[in-house]
Amino acid sequence: MSRIITRRRFLIGATMTASALGLSGCDAIVESDRTKSVLKIAEGFSMKTQRFLLGDDALAREFTEADLSPVFRANGTSMPDNPQYLDWMNRQFSTWKLEVGGLVDKPMQLSLAELKALPARTQITRHDCVEGWSAIGKWTGVPLGALLKAVGLKPEARYIVFHCADEYEKTLDGSGWYYESIDLVDAFHPQTILAHTMNGRDLEIAHGAPLRLRVERQLGYKQAKYLTRIEAVADLGRLYGGGGGFWEDRGYEWYAGI
Amino acid sequence: MATIDAGAATGRIVIYRHSLLVRLSHWVNVFCMTVLLFSGLQIFNAHPALYWGQYGADNDPSFISMEAVEDGDKAKGLTRVGSLTFDTTGFLGLSEVDGEASARGFPDWLTIPSYQDLATGRRWHFFFAWLFVINGFIYLAYGLFSRHLRRDILPAGSELAPAHIGHEIVNHARLRFPKGAEARHYNTLQKLTYAAVIFLLLPLMILTGLTMSPGFNAVAPWLLDVFGGRQSARTIHFLTAFSLTAFVVVHVAMVILSGVFNNLRSMITGYYAIEQEDRQ
Repeated sequence: MSRIITRRRFLIGATMTASALGLSGCDAIVESDRTKSVLKIAEGFSMKTQRFLLGDDALAREFTEADLSPVFRANGTSMPDNPQYLDWMNRQFSTWKLEVGGLVDKPMQLSLAELKALPARTQITRHDCVEGWSAIGKWTGVPLGALLKAVGLKPEARYIVFHCADEYEKTLDGSGWYYESIDLVDAFHPQTILAHTMNGRDLEIAHGAPLRLRVERQLGYKQAKYLTRIEAVADLGRLYGGGGGFWEDRGYEWYAGI
Repeated sequence: MATIDAGAATGRIVIYRHSLLVRLSHWVNVFCMTVLLFSGLQIFNAHPALYWGQYGADNDPSFISMEAVEDGDKAKGLTRVGSLTFDTTGFLGLSEVDGEASARGFPDWLTIPSYQDLATGRRWHFFFAWLFVINGFIYLAYGLFSRHLRRDILPAGSELAPAHIGHEIVNHARLRFPKGAEARHYNTLQKLTYAAVIFLLLPLMILTGLTMSPGFNAVAPWLLDVFGGRQSARTIHFLTAFSLTAFVVVHVAMVILSGVFNNLRSMITGYYAIEQEDRQ
């Protein structure tokens, strides 16, 4: 999501250019913590309403081959630059493994070959960036629910966290690594898959090779790329910024169904 | 409408025109629509291009777009509508932020917050969208229950006669506003305009807004078929917002031209003065 400018980045930029931060009256209201906490009510309201109307298993629209975007825009990181990832990449991800752990009974490590050997689901769905654009792609991957059943979630597990191999914002404290999280309703949704194949080919680097999440009833920033580790947790507060995702830590909604 | 007789001698009577609920919902609506427009433009600025169909991104043909382009050692703001390109430097595509030319769709004085911040724009937009929808439902429920919609908004059959409408258009164009008994209710042009806003434009805003939500698409996939796709819905959302803005401009102009004090008072206190017919 290279073109999203967070408030934090804006502030950093503004300070760096030494421009006077003369916030207008309106912006002062916008910046107030009380305003922010009041506005947050809307997110819970939207999520509860949509979940109430959706039930757990309503499906996202699936399209046909004829509807595929001619060019599927890649967004966010298009080439992770950390040495570990480059090493995996140079070995065609043969040494890469997906770790599944946290609050599970039988933690697992799966190679890409093992993942590709598992029963897969293929779906042609629309990817909606929070910025406003959409692209339609064909995804093939392992239903997350099946994998979670295989490892066995402990009863206290409430969220599934996706750790990624791209450090999207370089920070000294390591808070800039991309990550995402969903709750169990979305984790066990039939269209929630770990995609290793896009449009009939191995997932490209720009689209998150070797594995990315597809959670089709939410916006693009939930579709974490470059997955390395899946962790079942009881709460999200202790991870990174506590918001449950890279963009969530930067002000975006955790529930990205709207 | 209750009448307070101010005396025939003055040639002027005061009527109770707007109920408390209509007045309240009107001003809540003003506030919501203002925030929705400016936060909506903030959201638009994150990707200032509009498409038609199910999908649409940088490599797909857009039919409205705003962008900043290099022009020698200077930059220009260009707005493209179909095959037409307009130089909109300083307003659309490129405008000044703190004295520096910045690439942005709409300028900072039209967005909430003024600086580029999609996350905050979305928070404001969705909070006030909820408020707007709740307010709208209360108004509609009241309007049906109290017969306000039937009595004040929906035109009667006789009012829709072409001759009658033609007559009103001529009077409107001459800025001759109704007096006496005719001023007790909205004229046909007003009724038609308000009905279009209440029953067409505002529901269209809500439905196209919902059609952009991937979650709501799973709830009501048929909306995608109605509007021809998420990107079409986004485009219609933008064009409808533009239409509503145009309505507000005309509405405010008419409020000013037909007696700003009297009109404002009626929407604040409920009381509206009408001139008696000329008795010449």
